[in-house]
Amino acid sequence: MDAKSKIKIPRQKMPEQNPKARAKNFMEVPLGYTPKQAQLEAQRCLSCKKPRCLEGCPVGVKIPEFLKLVVDGDFAAAARKIKETNALPAVCGRVCPQESQCEAKCVLGIKGSPVAVGRLERFVADYERDKKIIELPKKQPSNKKKVAVIGSGPSGLTVAGDLIKLGYDVTIFEALHKPGGVLIYGIPEFRLPKAIVEAEVDYLVKQGVNLELNKVIGASRSVEDLMKKDDYDAVYIGVGAGLPTFMRIEGENLSNVYSANEYLTRINLMKAYLYPQHYTPIALGKHVTVVGGGNVTMDSARCALRTGAESVTVVYRRAREQMPARAEEVHHAEEEGIIFKLLNNPVELIGDERGTVKEMKCIKMKLGEPDDSGRRRPVPIEGSEYVLKTDLVIMGIGAGANPLLTSTLPKLELNKWGYIVADENGKTSMKGVWAGGDIVTGSATVILAMGAGKCAARAIDEYIKSKK
Amino acid sequence: MFKILSKSEVVPNVHKLVLKAPDVAEKAKPGQFIILMIDEKGERLPFTLSDWDVKEGTITIFFLEVGLSTMELVRFKGDELFAVIGPLGKPTPIKRFGTVVIGGGCYGIGGIYPIVKAMKKAGNKVITIIEARSSYLIYNEEELRKVSDKLIISTSDGTKGERGKVHDVAKNMIKQGEKIDQAYFIGCLFMMMNCFNTTRTSDITTFVGLNPIMVDGTGMCGCCRCSVDGKTKFACVDGPIFEAKEVDWDQLFKRNASYSQQEAMIYQFHSCESEEV
Repeated sequence: MDAKSKIKIPRQKMPEQNPKARAKNFMEVPLGYTPKQAQLEAQRCLSCKKPRCLEGCPVGVKIPEFLKLVVDGDFAAAARKIKETNALPAVCGRVCPQESQCEAKCVLGIKGSPVAVGRLERFVADYERDKKIIELPKKQPSNKKKVAVIGSGPSGLTVAGDLIKLGYDVTIFEALHKPGGVLIYGIPEFRLPKAIVEAEVDYLVKQGVNLELNKVIGASRSVEDLMKKDDYDAVYIGVGAGLPTFMRIEGENLSNVYSANEYLTRINLMKAYLYPQHYTPIALGKHVTVVGGGNVTMDSARCALRTGAESVTVVYRRAREQMPARAEEVHHAEEEGIIFKLLNNPVELIGDERGTVKEMKCIKMKLGEPDDSGRRRPVPIEGSEYVLKTDLVIMGIGAGANPLLTSTLPKLELNKWGYIVADENGKTSMKGVWAGGDIVTGSATVILAMGAGKCAARAIDEYIKSKK
Repeated sequence: MFKILSKSEVVPNVHKLVLKAPDVAEKAKPGQFIILMIDEKGERLPFTLSDWDVKEGTITIFFLEVGLSTMELVRFKGDELFAVIGPLGKPTPIKRFGTVVIGGGCYGIGGIYPIVKAMKKAGNKVITIIEARSSYLIYNEEELRKVSDKLIISTSDGTKGERGKVHDVAKNMIKQGEKIDQAYFIGCLFMMMNCFNTTRTSDITTFVGLNPIMVDGTGMCGCCRCSVDGKTKFACVDGPIFEAKEVDWDQLFKRNASYSQQEAMIYQFHSCESEEV
C-alpha cells in the first residue's frame, strides 16, 4: 500500500460501553479493537525512515516493528516484540498517556490523527493473553546474584522483569496483600481490569521472580537486614508516592471525607463496592464532591458514580486547560454525567450533628500570573463564597512521599519534600541502593516509573558485575 | 500463609489468638500493632500486639467480637490466615521514668502487657490497673501480676477488687499523694478519655493508644487520621500510642461510627444466616 492510500485510512475508533450503562457498572469502558480493526489501524503507519514515535517512549518500545507484525496478522509476535523492552504491555496500552508520548511524535499527527499506538499495544497484549499463547522470554543462566525490589508497582515490576532476564535472583517485597501497587489499589477496574494486572505479575513470577507479599520493608524487615542478613547485592526502592494530601481546611476530618487514596483503596483493592460479599464497607454518597483535577480525581468521581451516587461534582481550582488529567479521562467522565465546577476551590467543610459532612463552602477563582509550574495561578475572587450541598467528599489533590521506609534510612539523602534523591540511573546516596518512580519524582505516570525502572535495572546490572 | 496456633475465648467475648509470624515477632516492640486478614475478601483489621516470642516465632493478640469481621474471625475454622502484616506503628519509648501507671480495659487488658513488661524491665515502679464490668470478665490477671510491682483490679459492680473503673482508681491514687511520673492507657475510647481527663488535671505525662478505623495501616490512606494537640495525625504511622496533651475525642467517636449503620444491619443478617449452618 502506498503512502497516499495509507493516509486515507481514518484512525480506527475503539468500541466503548455506552456511557449510561457503564456509569452503573465497574466493567472496562473501552472494549478493544477487533483483529480487522487492528490491522487496518496498523496499516496507517508510514514506516518512517527515522521513526519519531520511538523518541516518545520512555521504555523504548520498538513501535514500527510491532506495528509491522500487526499488519502481517502475527499478533502474538507483535506482543513479544513489545515485551522485549516493556514487561507490562496490556497495562501500558490502557493507562499510558500516548497522546503526549509516542502518538504526539507521529508524523500523521501533524495534519491528521496519529497511529493509535496505545490501542494496538493493548490489542496485541490482550490477544496473546486471551489466546493463552504467552511465551516466556529467554533467560540468561543464573549468576547467583540477589536483588531486592521494594514495592510491586510499575517501576518495581519493570526492574524485576529486566533483571530476571539477565539471570538475577530477584525478590519483590510488597507491603499490601496483593501485588501491583497503584495498578491494584489506585486505578479502577473499569480503566484497568485487575485480572490483567494479575496476568502481568504472573508473567514475571513464571519467569522466576519471587514475590513476598505482606512485607513492609522498614517495619517487617529493614533494608539493612536485606543487605547484611539476607545477602542481597542490591536494593531497588520503588515504593511510590503513597501519602495522601489534605487541604488543611476546617472540617476535613468529618465523617464521609476521604482522601482519594483511601476511597480508591477501599474500592479497588478491598472491593468495597461489593460489600457485604467483601467485608470492607464504603460510604455511599448521594451527592458526591471530588476535589482536584488529575486522573485520580477522575477515577474517584467515576467510582462514586458507579456506587450509585445521584450526582458527582468535580471541584477544581484552575481552568480546564490546566487540568493534569488525560483528556480521554475527562471526556469519559463528562460523557458519564460528572459535573465540573472549574475555577472553584473549597474553603471549608461543614458537618451535621453526627459529624458527617453535609456542605462544602467554596470560593470562585480567576486566573492570575503564571506560577512556578508555568500554569496561571488561580486567585480567589473576594466575596464569591457559596455553599454546595454534599454528603461525601473525596480529596484528590495529590500525594506525597510516605516516610515509613525512608525514615528508617538515615544515610539516604532526601529532598525537602521527602522524596529520594537519585541520579538519572536511580543511584542514591546509599551504596547498593537504587530508587525510581514516584518516590523520586513525586506523583507522575505509570510509564515514567517504568522508564526509571529500566534505567535502574541497567545500572544495577553494571554495578553488580563491576563489584567482583 | 500464617498459621493459627491457638484460638480461645478467655472470658465471655474476649478472644485470644496465637499466630505463627516469625518476621513480626522478630521486630515487634511495645505499642505496635498488626493488620490481619482472614481471607481475600476480608477487611484489613488492626490489632494491638499483646505478646510475642522471638524464639518460637509467635505473636499473641486479644480481640472482642464487635462486628462482622471479628465475628468471622471468631467463627473461622481454618488453621491459616490469609495475611498478617506488621509490626506497624511507632513503638512506645521505654525508659526509666520512675513510677509508671498503666491502665487497660477490654482488649487493652491484653494490649498493655508488652508495655507493662518492658517498663518493669527498664527499672520503673509499675502500677497496673485493669477494669471490667464484673469479676468474670477479668483476664490475664496472673500474667500482669508477674510483671507489675502492683496490680489493681477494678470492677464496675464491685465483685472483684475495687469498685469502679481505671480512672476512679487513678483518681484515688492521685488524691492519696502517689507520685506518678508517666501514665499509659489502652482500651475503648470512652475509657481512655476518662483516664486521660483524670491524669491531665495533675499534669501527668499521659499516653493513650488510639484506635481509629484503618485500611492499609502503613500511612497510605489517611483513614485513621485524628486530631492530637491540634494537629492531624495518622494513628497507623504517627501512633497508635500518642503522648496526648489534647485529643479531639468527639471527632474520634464520630469517625469511628462512620460505618456503624451499615455494619449493624449486615451484622444482624449475617448472624441469623450463620446459625443455619
